Amino acid sequence: MNTSALVIMLTTMFTVTALTVYFFWRVLNAPPKPEPDSYLDNDDEPGRQEHI
Amino acid sequence: MSANKESWGSRVGLILAMAGNAVGLGNFLRFPVQAVQNGGGAFIIPYLVCFLVMGIPLLWIEWSMGRFGGRFGNHSTPYIVDTMGKHRLWKYIGVFGIWTNIAVAAYYCYIESWTLSYVVHSVLGTFNGMDQEGVAAFFNTYVSIGESTLGIPLEAIVFYVLCLLLNTWILSKGLAGGVERVAKIGMPLLIVFGMFLAYKGFTITAGEAGAINDSSVGLNFLWTPDYTQLWSPTVWLAAAGQIFFTLSVGMGTIHCYASYVRSKDDIALSAMSAGWMNEFVEVVLGASILIPISIGYLGIDRVTELVQSGGLGLAFKTLPFLFTQWGEVLGAIAGVMWFGLLFFAGITSSLAMGTPWMGFMQDEFNWSRKSAAWSFGLIVLLLGMPTVLFFHYGVFDEYDYWAGTVSLVVFALCESILFAWIFGIDKGWREIISGSDIKVPNIYKFIIKYVTPLLLLFVFIGALITPKANDWGAALSGNWELDDSSIIKKLMNSGLHRQIAEATDPAVIAQLQDTLFYVNASRILLVVVFLSIAGLVYIAYKKRVREGKI
Repeated sequence: MNTSALVIMLTTMFTVTALTVYFFWRVLNAPPKPEPDSYLDNDDEPGRQEHI
Repeated sequence: MSANKESWGSRVGLILAMAGNAVGLGNFLRFPVQAVQNGGGAFIIPYLVCFLVMGIPLLWIEWSMGRFGGRFGNHSTPYIVDTMGKHRLWKYIGVFGIWTNIAVAAYYCYIESWTLSYVVHSVLGTFNGMDQEGVAAFFNTYVSIGESTLGIPLEAIVFYVLCLLLNTWILSKGLAGGVERVAKIGMPLLIVFGMFLAYKGFTITAGEAGAINDSSVGLNFLWTPDYTQLWSPTVWLAAAGQIFFTLSVGMGTIHCYASYVRSKDDIALSAMSAGWMNEFVEVVLGASILIPISIGYLGIDRVTELVQSGGLGLAFKTLPFLFTQWGEVLGAIAGVMWFGLLFFAGITSSLAMGTPWMGFMQDEFNWSRKSAAWSFGLIVLLLGMPTVLFFHYGVFDEYDYWAGTVSLVVFALCESILFAWIFGIDKGWREIISGSDIKVPNIYKFIIKYVTPLLLLFVFIGALITPKANDWGAALSGNWELDDSSIIKKLMNSGLHRQIAEATDPAVIAQLQDTLFYVNASRILLVVVFLSIAGLVYIAYKKRVREGKI
């Protein structure tokens, strides 16, 4: 590949992949919100129950 | 009380469903062609700028509009926008958010059914031994309906109905049990298939398995930047258009999905995650398959000629032939992966198109989820049959142009004005950052208020009065002759009328006149559908008044 094409391609692909992984990682590591939240799967998780 | 008791299963599921909604056939077929035609590697600069100043703001606008409307029990755009704008007309502008989905699903499910059929044909080895003309002829035979390639009568219709039944059945299972489950299976598989094909796209060697070029030739063709193109308004409009269509904004599906998120839960980070996931599939995977593989086997001149007719031709008329060059087994695997990937990209989008109609019927008329899903399937079948039966008469293209292109820009422009100027940017900003798991940069308050609506206005005006041959230089210097692709000329059927006037062969003239008839008929049909939905919105409004909700 010629240098300018290679530079553009690698910079773009690396940046887009890194940002995709970063934001998904942030989602996976976001602190849990107390119940009731929008999602069914964690309805019964003891740590998420809101204490009134 | 609304019959709508839908909920998402998990946050990751919602993000995958949103990403699946955005990732469509265009990620693999439209983006690489747009890049090649608009400056190669330099195209990525306006593309990413437009993503930052138009794509991300629109994602935040639509997610927060949806979540805001959901708070009042509204899960489709007519009454979501009605809660934000005081004027009674807004709910009729919101009709776009249901109409677009029904009309797009009508032809989109047809393409989806091709991918399903081509998976079957790849497994059966139909393309083995065919030359490129043979594979192209196979596609033409397939869409002409009359002749069956599998021995099944009316094969294209059978696959279309099968595809619709599958969509409807999944929709009837609900958000968590249907849409989200498909996204959780489909998106990872799509990425795995895409990575395999991208690996093949990067490792083609000239002289091996019939290849005439190394991968680097195709990658150079796609990525070599032509910086002079950066000054062309056409390139910026193409980049803005690509960002617009790839994110599925302006459709009403994002509003609908987000309307099931509670106000204390994050939307800003989720929107970023889903948006960048779509970019990964488009820029990293989409750019590494179609063009490098095609050029590896066909050469630059032939591919340059083929991309003039868009990515669909390359995907269905060319790639099946190229895969057979890798041997029977690997060719079949590559075929299954390519069309499987397109199928997953398609179905995760078409499922999203069903949800606004379902949300509307459940909210306003207390329909059960199953009734709403099957009614969607039936309407799409009735509206889609003309695209299947009269494919060669331009019905498919008409649906795509008015519902899949113009309508999106119009609705997005309206919603960006509603959000920033009528609902108010201060209230809107609070909606975006409420419950946010990331710090949203304050500069976006300015961008959402000024830059995004202006950019959308430019995209709309650019489409409305496109100058001849996209020559903006000549147009701006005073010679503004409209191109046949501009909305105004399209509306007047100028291109078709000119072709009829220039034709001399009676058979060609008759074919063009038939096309003109079907084009006008399909427009009338689309208008009737729009007015019917507007009628339902009016009935729902009267019902709300009777029930004391307004």
